[in-house]
Amino acid sequence: MAGNTLYGAGTGASRQHYLYRKGIEWLAWIGMLFCTGVTVFILLMILGYVLYQGASYINWEFLTALPLPAGETGGGIANALVGSAMVVVVATLMAVPIGVGAAIFVNEFPSAQLGRFVRFLAEVLTGVPSIVVGLFAYALVVRPLGSFSGLSGSVAYAFIMIPIILITAHEAFRLVPVSLREASLALGIPKWRTILWVVLPVSSRALLTGVVLAIARALGEAAPMLFTAFGNPFWNLNLKKPIATVPLLIYTYATGPYEDWHRKAWAASFVLLMVVLVTSVLTRVFLRGKSNE
Amino acid sequence: MQGEPQVINRPLGRLLTRASGKLVHPDAQVINLGDRFFYTLTRGLAFCVIFLVILLVLDLFRGSWEAIRQFGLKFLVGTTWDPVARQFGTLPTIVGTIVKAFIALLLAVPISIGSAIFISFYTPKWLRPVISYPIELLAGIPSIIFGLWGLFVMVPVIRVLQVWLKANFGWFPLFNGPAVYGVGVLAGSAILAIMITPIIAAISRDILLTVPRTQIEGMLALGATKWEAIWKVALPYARTGLLGAVILGLGRAIGETMAVTMVGGNSFDLIHSLFDPVHSMASQIASEFAEATYSLYVSSLIYVGLVLFGITIIISLLAQLLLWRLSKGRIAILE
Amino acid sequence: MKVKGFSIVAAAAVLLLSGAMAMAGCPTKGVKELTGAGATFPYPLYSKMFSEYNKLCNVKVNYQSIGSGGGIRQLQELTVDFGGSVGIMDEKQKAETKAGPVLHIPTVAGAEAIVYNLPGIQRGQLKLTPELLADIYLKKINNWNDNRIKALNSGLKLPDLTIAVVHRSDGSGTTFIFTNYLSKVSQEWKDKVGFATSVNWPGDVGGKGNEGVANSVQQIPGAIGYVELAYAKQNNMAWAQLRNKAGTYVEPSLEGAALAADQPNLPDNMEVMVTDSANSKAYPITGFTWLLVYENQRDEAKADAVANLAWWMIHEGQQYALPLEYAPLKGAALKKAESLVKRIKVNGRPVLN
Repeated sequence: MAGNTLYGAGTGASRQHYLYRKGIEWLAWIGMLFCTGVTVFILLMILGYVLYQGASYINWEFLTALPLPAGETGGGIANALVGSAMVVVVATLMAVPIGVGAAIFVNEFPSAQLGRFVRFLAEVLTGVPSIVVGLFAYALVVRPLGSFSGLSGSVAYAFIMIPIILITAHEAFRLVPVSLREASLALGIPKWRTILWVVLPVSSRALLTGVVLAIARALGEAAPMLFTAFGNPFWNLNLKKPIATVPLLIYTYATGPYEDWHRKAWAASFVLLMVVLVTSVLTRVFLRGKSNE
Repeated sequence: MQGEPQVINRPLGRLLTRASGKLVHPDAQVINLGDRFFYTLTRGLAFCVIFLVILLVLDLFRGSWEAIRQFGLKFLVGTTWDPVARQFGTLPTIVGTIVKAFIALLLAVPISIGSAIFISFYTPKWLRPVISYPIELLAGIPSIIFGLWGLFVMVPVIRVLQVWLKANFGWFPLFNGPAVYGVGVLAGSAILAIMITPIIAAISRDILLTVPRTQIEGMLALGATKWEAIWKVALPYARTGLLGAVILGLGRAIGETMAVTMVGGNSFDLIHSLFDPVHSMASQIASEFAEATYSLYVSSLIYVGLVLFGITIIISLLAQLLLWRLSKGRIAILE
Repeated sequence: MKVKGFSIVAAAAVLLLSGAMAMAGCPTKGVKELTGAGATFPYPLYSKMFSEYNKLCNVKVNYQSIGSGGGIRQLQELTVDFGGSVGIMDEKQKAETKAGPVLHIPTVAGAEAIVYNLPGIQRGQLKLTPELLADIYLKKINNWNDNRIKALNSGLKLPDLTIAVVHRSDGSGTTFIFTNYLSKVSQEWKDKVGFATSVNWPGDVGGKGNEGVANSVQQIPGAIGYVELAYAKQNNMAWAQLRNKAGTYVEPSLEGAALAADQPNLPDNMEVMVTDSANSKAYPITGFTWLLVYENQRDEAKADAVANLAWWMIHEGQQYALPLEYAPLKGAALKKAESLVKRIKVNGRPVLN
């Protein structure tokens, strides 16, 4: 299209050169299309396979019953669903104050070197392998308390969530116009109230997005649960005791000897995937009105 | 950075004065008691983050101390991992990890940057989300699901490919390995490539969208084709950021645990071909930590964890330095 | 304390009167939850047993399969009430416990099958000797058409295929039993490799868990591997006949495992590997799985619960073993297990009786 300006003008050698360039343009287009196609195709394949394997096993019982012992067909993962939810909620309660509080410090008191360092640290922390986080939570909580617990799982999840929340919150605060802050301060409202009553409400949607994304990320992690939340075949609502979580259950079932367990692993993967995908889609829809990128 | 509320503090803040006998930071030097409290509180929370990191590092050092004292830096170049003889060295896993991660990059970088270019420059604006959302969703799939899929669906395909490669190009040393296994360097690299593609693609897209449209339109107006404009203007402009995205993908590939454990083959030997099964550092920890029965063994595994931590931190630092100015917060989200 | 002690006696008396042969029933001291961890090997059985136990006694026993080594370590650290293991704790591990000596109470025995993937050769058709198996795992025999394999299997058409040796990549009790067997039958294996939950393998593919090994064997033509019997059955895998110590070729079976476990000269502490049994019908790659319990308990109520649970597991619990492919305790092994449970003490006094 862009080359059209040259089109009529060229004859002979220049026309040949034009065709050559046009050819390159085509090749590039096809190449890029191919790359995009491959990426989307693989995604659809993985999604499709999990849906296909998992959907056939999903029913009301699977979502509401307790697991049955090995070798018996039926039963469900209700305790793991509740357990995952509890562990993540507590993790969120730990991670949000630290993440958001530190982000306020980083953004609202920007001349402190400390703030910049903390932000940098958070970026680096997102790269810590999740298995290392699990080892850490074991040493920090499980060993001193003398028991595996949902709480230690929450600590591991919180460690994964804090940097994500910190970074997204910081970005959210950055988007709040300075004029809003200045207007508030000009009215004689102290800085801390300006932050709590102006900056936080204005950026609340972006903040929430960050929190939801952090939750979605944590929900899928199996490795940090191995030595913390530990798993439990029964109902347990006590966070000081071992508790079942969905990713760990998938791992146990997938590596077990029974065909039925494998089907349950796929079905649980299906549930997990649905939760993760639905939250991220909802978050996007939610955010849409905000950023027009 | 620009237009931050620090403007407000400046008249007071630049003068470093003494309040209540102590040196006070300009930001903290405020009239309102509530502000003082709020400053202290949020600073405390920020310190929390630093404190956690220090704890983590101390913990890793404490856990691996026995192995560090026993083997020192020789641990990094030792090629024996013998729990019975109490001899530990981890060179093969380090090599395995790095080779897998780099092959994954080799596969993922063209594909992901290609997709990013396609989305940023060849797709009409209304269509962009339709293509890029699914790609970003791919980044949210838990790694254990990648592992399951990889083991049951991808590995058989890789096996056929490997057997064919060996039959036709077996003279090439890299293809002269145990092709029928399926699991191994190539399978591990492939699953890693699939996992890091959406990350690199999404960040690259963001970076490419920051290229000023006027520059590209200028090229087009001069008669360049679109590809020429991209190749000569957009890519050079975004070079640093793209490199940052790639390095971030590398970091993810090196730290990945569950999926690699399931398709990497998990053997403890130095690799000689693309088909050899081999551990990576994370998969070795995941595989053996539960069964490590004496303290030196546990300590050696935590030493592996420490090395892994060190490598990922260095890579992460590098990526952040490159992306520093461009970072839009997505990086963390997509990890 | 006296009252409580009395109530146990009373409960036991009631049980005896009601005709039950068991000496103990449900815990009576208010413990409603127990946590255990360890071997993956008995996990399916334990999950079944504990589910039934919960129905019976309303005590929730949470057993997590984190591996034998993990079970030992968590017991040492006192983060669990009991451990599960298919390996015996060595002297160093015993020295590292936080609460003194640990009892190894056997619960069931299990067998491991040597599985292979050879086109056209069915389950039970391939014969192997211990020496051949050791040499295959030592990578001294590399092809299925090796003369020594051929000589033993004259009726089979063995293909010209490289042997892909598959092993567990994760540390595991399954590996412990298997390498213990190889160490008994091959001096070279013992010297070069030895036995443990994970060893320095001479070669080839590692699979994570039984799942990983089974998958590799099923997918790689020419592969050989070792998995638990339940696993081989569930996945319809081809397994080899193995020559046992008496010279008989036997297929893996529960009967063979039970015979191996029912030896006349079992030690009182039951810390014994029953691989390579001398019984002519026994299957040689067999091992016990143990509950690991501190002999001297600290918490009276917990001790009561653990002891009662252990007692139930080696008696009523045994009925769930066979359907799930485990060999129940018999004869001498059962007697010795009983006396081990009776050794569980609180403040120097036995909990049961």
